[in-house]
Amino acid sequence: MSEAPTLNMADFDPQDLALEDIDVSQRSIWIHDKKMSFFERLRNEAPVHYCKDSEYGPYWSVTRYKDIMEIDCNWQDFSSEPAITIVEPEEDFPLPMFIAMDPPVHDEQRKTVQGSVAPANLKLMEETIRSRTQQVLDDLPIREQFDWVDRVSIELTTQMLATLFDFPFEDRRKLTRWSDVATGDEESGIVESEEARQAELYECLEYFTRLWHEREEQGERNDLVSMLAQGEATKNMTPQEYLGNLILLIVGGNDTTRNSMTGGVWALNQNPGEYAKLRNNPGVIPNMVSEIIRWQTPLAHMRRIANKDYVIDGQTIKAGDKVIMWYLSGNRDERSIDRPNEFIIDRDKARQHLSFGFGVHRCMGNRLAEMQLRILWEEVQKRFHMIEVIGEPKLVPSNFVHGYTEMQVVLHSH
Amino acid sequence: MPKITFIEHDGTQHTVDAEVGKSVMQAAMDNLVPGIDADCGGECSCATCHVMVNADWTGIVGEPNEAEDSMLDLNPERATNSRLSCQMTVSDNLDGLIVDLPEFQF
Repeated sequence: MSEAPTLNMADFDPQDLALEDIDVSQRSIWIHDKKMSFFERLRNEAPVHYCKDSEYGPYWSVTRYKDIMEIDCNWQDFSSEPAITIVEPEEDFPLPMFIAMDPPVHDEQRKTVQGSVAPANLKLMEETIRSRTQQVLDDLPIREQFDWVDRVSIELTTQMLATLFDFPFEDRRKLTRWSDVATGDEESGIVESEEARQAELYECLEYFTRLWHEREEQGERNDLVSMLAQGEATKNMTPQEYLGNLILLIVGGNDTTRNSMTGGVWALNQNPGEYAKLRNNPGVIPNMVSEIIRWQTPLAHMRRIANKDYVIDGQTIKAGDKVIMWYLSGNRDERSIDRPNEFIIDRDKARQHLSFGFGVHRCMGNRLAEMQLRILWEEVQKRFHMIEVIGEPKLVPSNFVHGYTEMQVVLHSH
Repeated sequence: MPKITFIEHDGTQHTVDAEVGKSVMQAAMDNLVPGIDADCGGECSCATCHVMVNADWTGIVGEPNEAEDSMLDLNPERATNSRLSCQMTVSDNLDGLIVDLPEFQF
Protein backbone atom coordinates (compact mmCIF):
# COMPACT_ATOMS: atom_id res chain seq x y z
CA MET A 1 0.00 0.00 0.00
CA SER A 2 1.17 3.51 -0.76
CA GLU A 3 1.67 6.29 1.78
CA ALA A 4 -0.87 8.54 0.09
CA PRO A 5 -4.41 8.42 1.50
CA THR A 6 -6.51 6.00 -0.48
CA LEU A 7 -9.86 7.07 -1.88
CA ASN A 8 -12.69 4.87 -0.72
CA MET A 9 -14.28 3.94 -4.04
CA ALA A 10 -17.61 2.99 -2.47
CA ASP A 11 -18.12 6.63 -1.36
CA PHE A 12 -18.20 7.81 -4.98
CA ASP A 13 -20.30 7.61 -8.06
CA PRO A 14 -17.83 6.25 -10.64
CA GLN A 15 -18.62 9.23 -12.93
CA ASP A 16 -17.34 11.63 -10.26
CA LEU A 17 -13.85 10.13 -10.13
CA ALA A 18 -10.95 10.81 -12.48
CA LEU A 19 -10.35 7.69 -14.56
CA GLU A 20 -6.82 7.41 -13.23
CA ASP A 21 -8.10 7.26 -9.65
CA ILE A 22 -10.39 4.30 -10.24
CA ASP A 23 -9.38 1.04 -8.56
CA VAL A 24 -11.93 -1.69 -9.28
CA SER A 25 -10.05 -4.18 -7.13
CA GLN A 26 -10.86 -2.22 -3.97
CA ARG A 27 -12.82 -4.38 -1.61
CA SER A 28 -15.29 -1.64 -0.61
CA ILE A 29 -17.09 -1.69 -3.97
CA TRP A 30 -17.42 -5.47 -3.77
CA ILE A 31 -18.73 -5.42 -0.19
CA HIS A 32 -21.26 -2.71 -1.06
CA ASP A 33 -22.07 -4.27 -4.45
CA LYS A 34 -21.16 -1.17 -6.46
CA LYS A 35 -18.64 -2.80 -8.80
CA MET A 36 -20.93 -3.08 -11.83
CA SER A 37 -21.22 0.69 -12.29
CA PHE A 38 -17.42 1.05 -12.06
CA PHE A 39 -16.94 -1.64 -14.69
CA GLU A 40 -19.48 0.04 -16.95
CA ARG A 41 -17.49 3.26 -16.86
CA LEU A 42 -14.24 1.46 -17.64
CA ARG A 43 -15.80 -0.50 -20.52
CA ASN A 44 -17.09 2.73 -22.04
CA GLU A 45 -14.18 5.06 -21.44
CA ALA A 46 -11.05 3.05 -20.64
CA PRO A 47 -11.50 -0.58 -21.65
CA VAL A 48 -7.80 -1.28 -21.00
CA HIS A 49 -7.22 0.72 -17.84
CA TYR A 50 -4.12 1.23 -15.74
CA CYS A 51 -4.42 1.52 -11.97
CA LYS A 52 -1.10 2.83 -10.75
CA ASP A 53 -1.57 1.86 -7.13
CA SER A 54 -3.72 -0.57 -5.21
CA GLU A 55 -3.63 -2.96 -2.28
CA TYR A 56 -2.09 -5.38 -4.78
CA GLY A 57 0.29 -2.96 -6.50
CA PRO A 58 -0.18 -1.55 -10.00
CA TYR A 59 -2.29 -3.50 -12.49
CA TRP A 60 -4.17 -3.23 -15.78
CA SER A 61 -7.90 -3.93 -15.97
CA VAL A 62 -9.32 -5.45 -19.15
CA THR A 63 -13.10 -5.13 -19.11
CA ARG A 64 -14.50 -5.80 -22.61
CA TYR A 65 -15.51 -9.30 -23.74
CA LYS A 66 -13.42 -9.40 -26.92
CA ASP A 67 -10.28 -7.98 -25.30
CA ILE A 68 -10.53 -10.52 -22.47
CA MET A 69 -10.85 -13.30 -25.01
CA GLU A 70 -7.81 -12.04 -26.92
CA ILE A 71 -5.62 -12.09 -23.82
CA ASP A 72 -7.05 -15.30 -22.37
CA CYS A 73 -6.24 -17.18 -25.60
CA ASN A 74 -2.72 -15.80 -25.90
CA TRP A 75 -0.70 -17.84 -23.39
CA GLN A 76 2.48 -17.12 -25.36
CA ASP A 77 2.37 -13.38 -24.56
CA PHE A 78 0.49 -13.53 -21.25
CA SER A 79 1.81 -15.87 -18.59
CA SER A 80 -0.33 -17.47 -15.90
CA GLU A 81 2.70 -17.81 -13.63
CA PRO A 82 3.11 -17.56 -10.70
CA ALA A 83 -0.55 -17.05 -9.73
CA ILE A 84 -3.95 -16.47 -11.33
CA THR A 85 -5.54 -13.99 -8.92
CA ILE A 86 -4.71 -10.34 -8.30
CA VAL A 87 -3.16 -11.18 -4.92
CA GLU A 88 0.62 -11.66 -4.97
CA PRO A 89 1.59 -15.13 -3.73
CA GLU A 90 3.26 -15.29 -0.29
CA GLU A 91 7.01 -15.57 -0.89
CA ASP A 92 7.51 -18.09 1.89
CA PHE A 93 4.39 -20.06 0.97
CA PRO A 94 4.33 -20.66 -2.77
CA LEU A 95 1.48 -22.81 -4.06
CA PRO A 96 2.37 -24.10 -7.51
CA MET A 97 -0.68 -25.47 -9.34
CA PHE A 98 -1.23 -26.26 -12.98
CA ILE A 99 -3.70 -23.45 -13.62
CA ALA A 100 -0.82 -21.11 -12.67
CA MET A 101 1.68 -22.75 -15.02
CA ASP A 102 2.27 -22.22 -18.72
CA PRO A 103 2.54 -24.93 -21.36
CA PRO A 104 4.12 -27.46 -21.59
CA VAL A 105 4.15 -28.33 -17.83
CA HIS A 106 0.56 -27.11 -17.49
CA ASP A 107 -0.63 -29.43 -20.23
CA GLU A 108 1.08 -32.51 -18.78
CA GLN A 109 -0.33 -32.03 -15.28
CA ARG A 110 -3.79 -31.11 -16.50
CA LYS A 111 -3.96 -34.16 -18.73
CA THR A 112 -3.28 -36.35 -15.70
CA VAL A 113 -6.53 -35.36 -14.01
CA GLN A 114 -8.92 -34.07 -16.66
CA GLY A 115 -10.26 -37.52 -17.49
CA SER A 116 -12.04 -37.54 -14.12
CA VAL A 117 -14.43 -34.85 -15.34
CA ALA A 118 -14.53 -35.78 -19.03
CA PRO A 119 -17.95 -36.53 -20.49
CA ALA A 120 -17.61 -40.34 -20.52
CA ASN A 121 -16.96 -40.32 -16.77
CA LEU A 122 -19.74 -37.81 -16.15
CA LYS A 123 -22.26 -40.13 -17.72
CA LEU A 124 -21.30 -42.74 -15.11
CA MET A 125 -21.77 -40.20 -12.30
CA GLU A 126 -25.11 -38.76 -13.39
CA GLU A 127 -27.34 -41.16 -11.45
CA THR A 128 -25.33 -40.76 -8.24
CA ILE A 129 -25.55 -36.99 -8.53
CA ARG A 130 -29.27 -37.16 -9.16
CA SER A 131 -30.06 -39.42 -6.22
CA ARG A 132 -27.98 -37.28 -3.86
CA THR A 133 -29.67 -34.14 -5.11
CA GLN A 134 -33.06 -35.76 -4.53
CA GLN A 135 -32.03 -36.71 -0.99
CA VAL A 136 -30.81 -33.20 -0.12
CA LEU A 137 -33.99 -31.60 -1.52
CA ASP A 138 -36.31 -34.12 0.15
CA ASP A 139 -34.77 -33.33 3.54
CA LEU A 140 -35.54 -29.59 3.27
CA PRO A 141 -38.34 -28.04 5.34
CA ILE A 142 -41.40 -26.58 3.58
CA ARG A 143 -42.76 -23.13 4.60
CA GLU A 144 -39.95 -22.71 7.09
CA GLN A 145 -36.98 -20.38 6.67
CA PHE A 146 -33.48 -21.83 6.18
CA ASP A 147 -30.11 -20.98 4.60
CA TRP A 148 -29.99 -22.24 1.00
CA VAL A 149 -26.21 -21.73 0.83
CA ASP A 150 -25.51 -24.10 3.70
CA ARG A 151 -28.24 -26.69 3.21
CA VAL A 152 -28.13 -26.99 -0.57
CA SER A 153 -25.29 -25.20 -2.39
CA ILE A 154 -22.49 -26.15 0.00
CA GLU A 155 -23.88 -29.58 0.73
CA LEU A 156 -24.23 -30.62 -2.92
CA THR A 157 -20.89 -29.27 -4.12
CA THR A 158 -19.07 -30.72 -1.13
CA GLN A 159 -20.61 -34.16 -1.67
CA MET A 160 -19.51 -33.97 -5.30
CA LEU A 161 -15.94 -33.07 -4.36
CA ALA A 162 -15.78 -35.86 -1.80
CA THR A 163 -16.79 -38.28 -4.54
CA LEU A 164 -14.22 -36.98 -7.03
CA PHE A 165 -11.43 -37.30 -4.45
CA ASP A 166 -12.93 -40.43 -2.91
CA PHE A 167 -12.57 -38.46 0.30
CA PRO A 168 -13.98 -39.87 3.58
CA PHE A 169 -17.60 -38.80 3.30
CA GLU A 170 -18.15 -38.00 6.98
CA ASP A 171 -15.24 -35.52 6.88
CA ARG A 172 -16.44 -33.78 3.74
CA ARG A 173 -17.06 -30.37 5.35
CA LYS A 174 -13.31 -30.14 5.82
CA LEU A 175 -13.17 -29.67 2.04
CA THR A 176 -15.58 -26.74 2.28
CA ARG A 177 -13.47 -25.17 5.00
CA TRP A 178 -10.20 -25.62 3.10
CA SER A 179 -11.77 -24.09 0.02
CA ASP A 180 -12.86 -21.01 2.00
CA VAL A 181 -9.48 -20.75 3.71
CA ALA A 182 -7.59 -21.01 0.43
CA THR A 183 -9.31 -17.96 -1.06
CA GLY A 184 -9.89 -16.06 2.20
CA ASP A 185 -7.72 -13.72 4.26
CA GLU A 186 -7.83 -11.74 7.51
CA GLU A 187 -9.95 -8.96 6.05
CA SER A 188 -12.58 -11.36 4.79
CA GLY A 189 -12.95 -12.66 8.34
CA ILE A 190 -12.41 -16.28 7.30
CA VAL A 191 -9.06 -16.64 9.08
CA GLU A 192 -7.43 -14.65 11.87
CA SER A 193 -4.03 -14.24 10.26
CA GLU A 194 -1.89 -15.40 7.37
CA GLU A 195 -0.13 -17.79 9.79
CA ALA A 196 -3.47 -19.31 10.78
CA ARG A 197 -4.36 -19.67 7.11
CA GLN A 198 -1.16 -21.50 6.31
CA ALA A 199 -1.54 -23.75 9.34
CA GLU A 200 -4.99 -24.84 8.16
CA LEU A 201 -3.71 -25.47 4.65
CA TYR A 202 -0.94 -27.65 6.10
CA GLU A 203 -3.64 -29.69 7.84
CA CYS A 204 -5.20 -30.13 4.42
CA LEU A 205 -1.87 -31.30 3.01
CA GLU A 206 -1.34 -33.70 5.91
CA TYR A 207 -4.78 -35.24 5.48
CA PHE A 208 -4.35 -35.65 1.74
CA THR A 209 -0.80 -36.99 2.12
CA ARG A 210 -2.27 -39.86 4.10
CA LEU A 211 -4.69 -40.57 1.27
CA TRP A 212 -1.82 -40.31 -1.26
CA HIS A 213 0.22 -42.96 0.55
CA GLU A 214 -2.77 -45.26 0.82
CA ARG A 215 -3.45 -44.97 -2.87
CA GLU A 216 -0.12 -44.81 -4.64
CA GLU A 217 0.18 -48.58 -4.41
CA GLN A 218 -3.47 -49.49 -4.83
CA GLY A 219 -3.58 -49.99 -8.57
CA GLU A 220 -5.61 -47.99 -11.04
CA ARG A 221 -8.54 -46.07 -9.57
CA ASN A 222 -10.21 -43.06 -11.05
CA ASP A 223 -10.36 -40.71 -8.07
CA LEU A 224 -8.30 -37.53 -8.27
CA VAL A 225 -5.88 -38.47 -5.49
CA SER A 226 -4.98 -41.77 -7.17
CA MET A 227 -4.63 -40.02 -10.52
CA LEU A 228 -2.16 -37.53 -9.03
CA ALA A 229 -0.28 -40.17 -7.03
CA GLN A 230 0.11 -42.46 -10.02
CA GLY A 231 0.31 -40.03 -12.97
CA GLU A 232 3.71 -39.74 -14.68
CA ALA A 233 3.54 -35.93 -14.72
CA THR A 234 2.46 -35.61 -11.09
CA LYS A 235 3.78 -38.55 -9.03
CA ASN A 236 7.03 -36.73 -8.21
CA MET A 237 5.45 -33.44 -7.18
CA THR A 238 6.81 -31.66 -4.12
CA PRO A 239 4.42 -31.50 -1.14
CA GLN A 240 3.84 -27.79 -1.84
CA GLU A 241 2.95 -28.58 -5.45
CA TYR A 242 0.57 -31.32 -4.29
CA LEU A 243 -1.08 -28.83 -1.94
CA GLY A 244 -1.29 -26.24 -4.73
CA ASN A 245 -3.00 -28.65 -7.09
CA LEU A 246 -5.35 -29.91 -4.36
CA ILE A 247 -6.41 -26.35 -3.66
CA LEU A 248 -6.95 -25.75 -7.35
CA LEU A 249 -9.23 -28.77 -7.60
CA ILE A 250 -11.03 -28.02 -4.33
CA VAL A 251 -11.66 -24.35 -5.07
CA GLY A 252 -12.37 -25.08 -8.73
CA GLY A 253 -15.06 -27.59 -7.84
CA ASN A 254 -16.46 -25.84 -4.82
CA ASP A 255 -16.67 -22.05 -4.78
CA THR A 256 -17.78 -21.91 -8.37
CA THR A 257 -20.72 -24.29 -8.64
CA ARG A 258 -21.78 -23.46 -5.09
CA ASN A 259 -22.29 -19.82 -5.98
CA SER A 260 -24.07 -20.57 -9.24
CA MET A 261 -26.45 -22.82 -7.27
CA THR A 262 -27.28 -19.86 -5.05
CA GLY A 263 -27.08 -17.20 -7.77
CA GLY A 264 -29.70 -18.91 -9.93
CA VAL A 265 -32.28 -18.82 -7.14
CA TRP A 266 -31.53 -15.16 -6.49
CA ALA A 267 -31.73 -14.23 -10.18
CA LEU A 268 -35.10 -15.97 -10.60
CA ASN A 269 -36.45 -14.15 -7.54
CA GLN A 270 -35.42 -10.81 -8.99
CA ASN A 271 -36.99 -11.75 -12.34
CA PRO A 272 -40.43 -13.27 -11.64
CA GLY A 273 -41.23 -13.28 -15.37
CA GLU A 274 -38.29 -15.61 -15.95
CA TYR A 275 -39.40 -17.83 -13.05
CA ALA A 276 -42.80 -18.11 -14.76
CA LYS A 277 -41.08 -19.10 -18.03
CA LEU A 278 -39.23 -21.86 -16.19
CA ARG A 279 -42.45 -23.22 -14.64
CA ASN A 280 -44.13 -23.30 -18.04
CA ASN A 281 -41.19 -24.90 -19.83
CA PRO A 282 -38.75 -27.07 -17.85
CA GLY A 283 -37.08 -27.87 -21.19
CA VAL A 284 -35.38 -24.50 -20.93
CA ILE A 285 -33.22 -25.71 -18.00
CA PRO A 286 -30.01 -26.50 -19.96
CA ASN A 287 -30.11 -23.04 -21.55
CA MET A 288 -30.95 -21.45 -18.20
CA VAL A 289 -27.93 -23.13 -16.63
CA SER A 290 -25.63 -21.34 -19.07
CA GLU A 291 -27.42 -18.06 -18.40
CA ILE A 292 -27.04 -18.53 -14.64
CA ILE A 293 -23.32 -19.18 -15.04
CA ARG A 294 -22.96 -16.01 -17.15
CA TRP A 295 -25.13 -13.90 -14.87
CA GLN A 296 -23.33 -15.04 -11.72
CA THR A 297 -19.75 -15.29 -13.09
CA PRO A 298 -18.64 -17.06 -9.89
CA LEU A 299 -14.99 -16.20 -10.44
CA ALA A 300 -14.84 -12.46 -11.13
CA HIS A 301 -11.34 -12.33 -12.59
CA MET A 302 -8.18 -14.11 -13.70
CA ARG A 303 -4.73 -12.57 -13.79
CA ARG A 304 -1.83 -12.72 -16.27
CA ILE A 305 1.67 -11.22 -16.51
CA ALA A 306 2.69 -9.79 -19.90
CA ASN A 307 5.75 -11.55 -21.35
CA LYS A 308 6.45 -8.66 -23.74
CA ASP A 309 5.18 -5.18 -24.59
CA TYR A 310 1.69 -5.62 -26.05
CA VAL A 311 -0.60 -3.04 -27.63
CA ILE A 312 -4.34 -3.43 -27.13
CA ASP A 313 -7.06 -0.78 -27.57
CA GLY A 314 -4.36 1.88 -28.01
CA GLN A 315 -2.72 1.09 -24.66
CA THR A 316 0.75 -0.41 -24.33
CA ILE A 317 0.95 -3.07 -21.65
CA LYS A 318 4.65 -3.36 -20.71
CA ALA A 319 6.49 -6.64 -20.29
CA GLY A 320 6.17 -7.68 -16.65
CA ASP A 321 2.92 -5.78 -16.02
CA LYS A 322 0.08 -7.43 -14.17
CA VAL A 323 -3.10 -7.77 -16.23
CA ILE A 324 -6.51 -8.54 -14.70
CA MET A 325 -9.19 -9.92 -17.01
CA TRP A 326 -12.49 -9.05 -15.36
CA TYR A 327 -14.77 -11.86 -16.55
CA LEU A 328 -17.63 -10.35 -14.56
CA SER A 329 -17.36 -7.16 -16.63
CA GLY A 330 -16.91 -8.95 -19.97
CA ASN A 331 -20.09 -10.90 -19.27
CA ARG A 332 -21.94 -7.54 -19.03
CA ASP A 333 -20.44 -6.08 -22.22
CA GLU A 334 -23.22 -4.95 -24.54
CA ARG A 335 -20.76 -4.93 -27.46
CA SER A 336 -20.76 -8.74 -27.36
CA ILE A 337 -23.89 -9.74 -25.43
CA ASP A 338 -27.41 -8.59 -26.18
CA ARG A 339 -29.12 -6.89 -23.17
CA PRO A 340 -26.30 -8.09 -20.91
CA ASN A 341 -27.72 -6.75 -17.65
CA GLU A 342 -30.90 -8.75 -18.04
CA PHE A 343 -31.31 -12.32 -16.85
CA ILE A 344 -33.00 -14.13 -19.77
CA ILE A 345 -33.28 -17.89 -19.28
CA ASP A 346 -34.10 -18.62 -22.93
CA ARG A 347 -31.40 -16.28 -24.24
CA ASP A 348 -29.99 -16.94 -27.70
CA LYS A 349 -26.34 -18.15 -27.69
CA ALA A 350 -26.39 -18.48 -23.89
CA ARG A 351 -23.29 -20.68 -24.01
CA GLN A 352 -21.20 -17.79 -25.28
CA HIS A 353 -19.97 -16.35 -21.99
CA LEU A 354 -16.61 -15.84 -20.29
CA SER A 355 -17.22 -17.58 -16.97
CA PHE A 356 -15.19 -20.68 -17.88
CA GLY A 357 -12.40 -18.69 -19.53
CA PHE A 358 -11.06 -19.53 -22.98
CA GLY A 359 -7.87 -21.08 -24.32
CA VAL A 360 -5.66 -23.73 -22.75
CA HIS A 361 -6.71 -22.81 -19.19
CA ARG A 362 -10.44 -23.11 -19.90
CA CYS A 363 -12.31 -24.58 -16.95
CA MET A 364 -11.75 -28.31 -16.83
CA GLY A 365 -14.92 -29.03 -14.84
CA ASN A 366 -17.31 -26.98 -16.96
CA ARG A 367 -19.38 -29.97 -18.11
CA LEU A 368 -19.62 -31.34 -14.59
CA ALA A 369 -20.75 -27.94 -13.29
CA GLU A 370 -23.42 -27.70 -15.97
CA MET A 371 -24.62 -31.20 -15.19
CA GLN A 372 -24.82 -30.55 -11.43
CA LEU A 373 -26.84 -27.39 -12.03
CA ARG A 374 -29.10 -29.01 -14.61
CA ILE A 375 -29.93 -31.89 -12.27
CA LEU A 376 -30.51 -29.52 -9.35
CA TRP A 377 -33.04 -27.46 -11.32
CA GLU A 378 -34.77 -30.53 -12.81
CA GLU A 379 -35.29 -31.91 -9.31
CA VAL A 380 -36.24 -28.53 -7.84
CA GLN A 381 -38.94 -28.02 -10.47
CA LYS A 382 -40.42 -31.45 -9.74
CA ARG A 383 -40.81 -30.53 -6.08
CA PHE A 384 -41.35 -26.83 -5.50
CA HIS A 385 -43.54 -24.11 -6.93
CA MET A 386 -41.12 -21.49 -5.70
CA ILE A 387 -37.95 -20.99 -3.72
CA GLU A 388 -38.68 -17.61 -2.15
CA VAL A 389 -35.65 -15.56 -1.10
CA ILE A 390 -36.17 -13.73 2.20
CA GLY A 391 -34.33 -10.41 2.37
CA GLU A 392 -31.08 -10.14 0.45
CA PRO A 393 -28.29 -12.72 0.32
CA LYS A 394 -24.98 -11.90 2.04
CA LEU A 395 -22.07 -11.45 -0.35
CA VAL A 396 -18.58 -12.94 -0.08
CA PRO A 397 -16.30 -9.91 0.57
CA SER A 398 -13.95 -10.72 -2.29
CA ASN A 399 -13.02 -9.42 -5.74
CA PHE A 400 -12.24 -12.98 -6.86
CA VAL A 401 -14.93 -15.32 -5.53
CA HIS A 402 -18.18 -13.67 -6.63
CA GLY A 403 -20.71 -15.36 -4.43
CA TYR A 404 -22.76 -15.65 -1.29
CA THR A 405 -22.14 -16.61 2.31
CA GLU A 406 -25.82 -16.87 3.21
CA MET A 407 -29.22 -16.71 1.55
CA GLN A 408 -32.38 -17.26 3.57
CA VAL A 409 -35.24 -18.88 1.68
CA VAL A 410 -38.68 -20.40 2.17
CA LEU A 411 -39.88 -23.24 -0.01
CA HIS A 412 -43.41 -23.38 -1.45
CA SER A 413 -44.59 -26.73 -2.73
CA HIS A 414 -46.77 -27.16 -5.84
CA MET B 1 -22.87 -25.06 -52.67
CA PRO B 2 -20.67 -27.86 -51.26
CA LYS B 3 -22.51 -30.48 -49.24
CA ILE B 4 -21.24 -31.63 -45.84
CA THR B 5 -22.58 -34.60 -43.90
CA PHE B 6 -22.50 -34.60 -40.08
CA ILE B 7 -23.14 -37.97 -38.44
CA GLU B 8 -24.31 -37.87 -34.84
CA HIS B 9 -23.06 -40.39 -32.30
CA ASP B 10 -26.33 -42.34 -32.61
CA GLY B 11 -25.92 -42.57 -36.39
CA THR B 12 -28.37 -39.80 -37.38
CA GLN B 13 -27.09 -38.10 -40.53
CA HIS B 14 -27.46 -34.44 -41.45
CA THR B 15 -26.41 -33.40 -44.95
CA VAL B 16 -26.31 -29.61 -45.28
CA ASP B 17 -25.44 -27.01 -47.89
CA ALA B 18 -22.33 -25.18 -46.72
CA GLU B 19 -21.36 -21.69 -47.82
CA VAL B 20 -17.86 -21.42 -49.34
CA GLY B 21 -15.54 -19.36 -47.15
CA LYS B 22 -17.39 -19.99 -43.89
CA SER B 23 -16.25 -22.57 -41.38
CA VAL B 24 -17.55 -26.13 -41.20
CA MET B 25 -18.68 -25.26 -37.65
CA GLN B 26 -20.76 -22.37 -39.03
CA ALA B 27 -22.37 -24.70 -41.60
CA ALA B 28 -23.49 -26.93 -38.73
CA MET B 29 -24.78 -23.99 -36.66
CA ASP B 30 -26.59 -22.38 -39.63
CA ASN B 31 -28.40 -25.66 -40.28
CA LEU B 32 -29.16 -26.43 -36.60
CA VAL B 33 -27.12 -29.65 -36.57
CA PRO B 34 -27.18 -30.86 -32.94
CA GLY B 35 -23.99 -31.89 -31.15
CA ILE B 36 -21.81 -28.85 -31.80
CA ASP B 37 -21.74 -26.20 -29.07
CA ALA B 38 -19.18 -23.67 -30.38
CA ASP B 39 -19.04 -21.88 -27.04
CA CYS B 40 -16.36 -19.42 -28.16
CA GLY B 41 -18.11 -18.59 -31.43
CA GLY B 42 -15.32 -19.84 -33.69
CA GLU B 43 -12.12 -18.49 -32.13
CA CYS B 44 -10.31 -21.81 -31.63
CA SER B 45 -10.41 -21.34 -27.90
CA CYS B 46 -12.95 -23.74 -26.38
CA ALA B 47 -12.77 -26.99 -28.40
CA THR B 48 -16.55 -27.52 -28.27
CA CYS B 49 -16.92 -27.91 -32.05
CA HIS B 50 -14.91 -31.13 -32.07
CA VAL B 51 -15.49 -33.51 -35.04
CA MET B 52 -13.81 -36.66 -36.33
CA VAL B 53 -13.05 -36.55 -40.03
CA ASN B 54 -14.10 -39.56 -42.14
CA ALA B 55 -11.07 -41.64 -43.17
CA ASP B 56 -11.56 -40.84 -46.89
CA TRP B 57 -11.25 -37.13 -46.13
CA THR B 58 -8.42 -36.81 -43.62
CA GLY B 59 -5.80 -36.26 -46.35
CA ILE B 60 -7.90 -33.56 -48.01
CA VAL B 61 -8.76 -31.52 -44.89
CA GLY B 62 -5.23 -31.82 -43.53
CA GLU B 63 -3.77 -31.62 -40.04
CA PRO B 64 -4.84 -29.31 -37.19
CA ASN B 65 -2.94 -26.02 -36.93
CA GLU B 66 -0.79 -25.32 -33.87
CA ALA B 67 -3.38 -23.47 -31.79
CA GLU B 68 -6.01 -26.05 -32.68
CA ASP B 69 -3.67 -28.85 -31.72
CA SER B 70 -3.14 -27.43 -28.23
CA MET B 71 -6.90 -27.07 -27.71
CA LEU B 72 -7.62 -30.59 -28.99
CA ASP B 73 -4.98 -31.89 -26.64
CA LEU B 74 -7.14 -30.89 -23.67
CA ASN B 75 -9.70 -33.50 -24.67
CA PRO B 76 -9.02 -37.00 -23.30
CA GLU B 77 -11.34 -38.34 -26.00
CA ARG B 78 -9.23 -36.91 -28.84
CA ALA B 79 -8.78 -39.29 -31.82
CA THR B 80 -6.15 -39.27 -34.58
CA ASN B 81 -8.73 -37.81 -36.98
CA SER B 82 -10.01 -35.14 -34.57
CA ARG B 83 -10.37 -31.56 -35.79
CA LEU B 84 -12.06 -28.42 -34.56
CA SER B 85 -14.70 -27.62 -37.15
CA CYS B 86 -14.28 -23.86 -36.64
CA GLN B 87 -10.76 -24.21 -38.07
CA MET B 88 -11.86 -25.92 -41.30
CA THR B 89 -12.93 -23.55 -44.09
CA VAL B 90 -15.57 -24.70 -46.56
CA SER B 91 -14.35 -24.84 -50.17
CA ASP B 92 -15.40 -26.69 -53.32
CA ASN B 93 -12.70 -29.24 -52.47
CA LEU B 94 -14.72 -30.23 -49.42
CA ASP B 95 -17.91 -31.00 -51.38
CA GLY B 96 -19.11 -34.34 -50.00
CA LEU B 97 -17.11 -34.11 -46.74
CA ILE B 98 -18.26 -36.50 -44.01
CA VAL B 99 -17.51 -35.90 -40.31
CA ASP B 100 -18.56 -37.81 -37.20
CA LEU B 101 -19.69 -35.96 -34.10
CA PRO B 102 -18.51 -37.11 -30.65
CA GLU B 103 -21.06 -38.35 -28.13
CA PHE B 104 -20.30 -35.28 -25.99
CA GLN B 105 -18.42 -32.06 -26.46
CA PHE B 106 -15.91 -31.29 -23.68
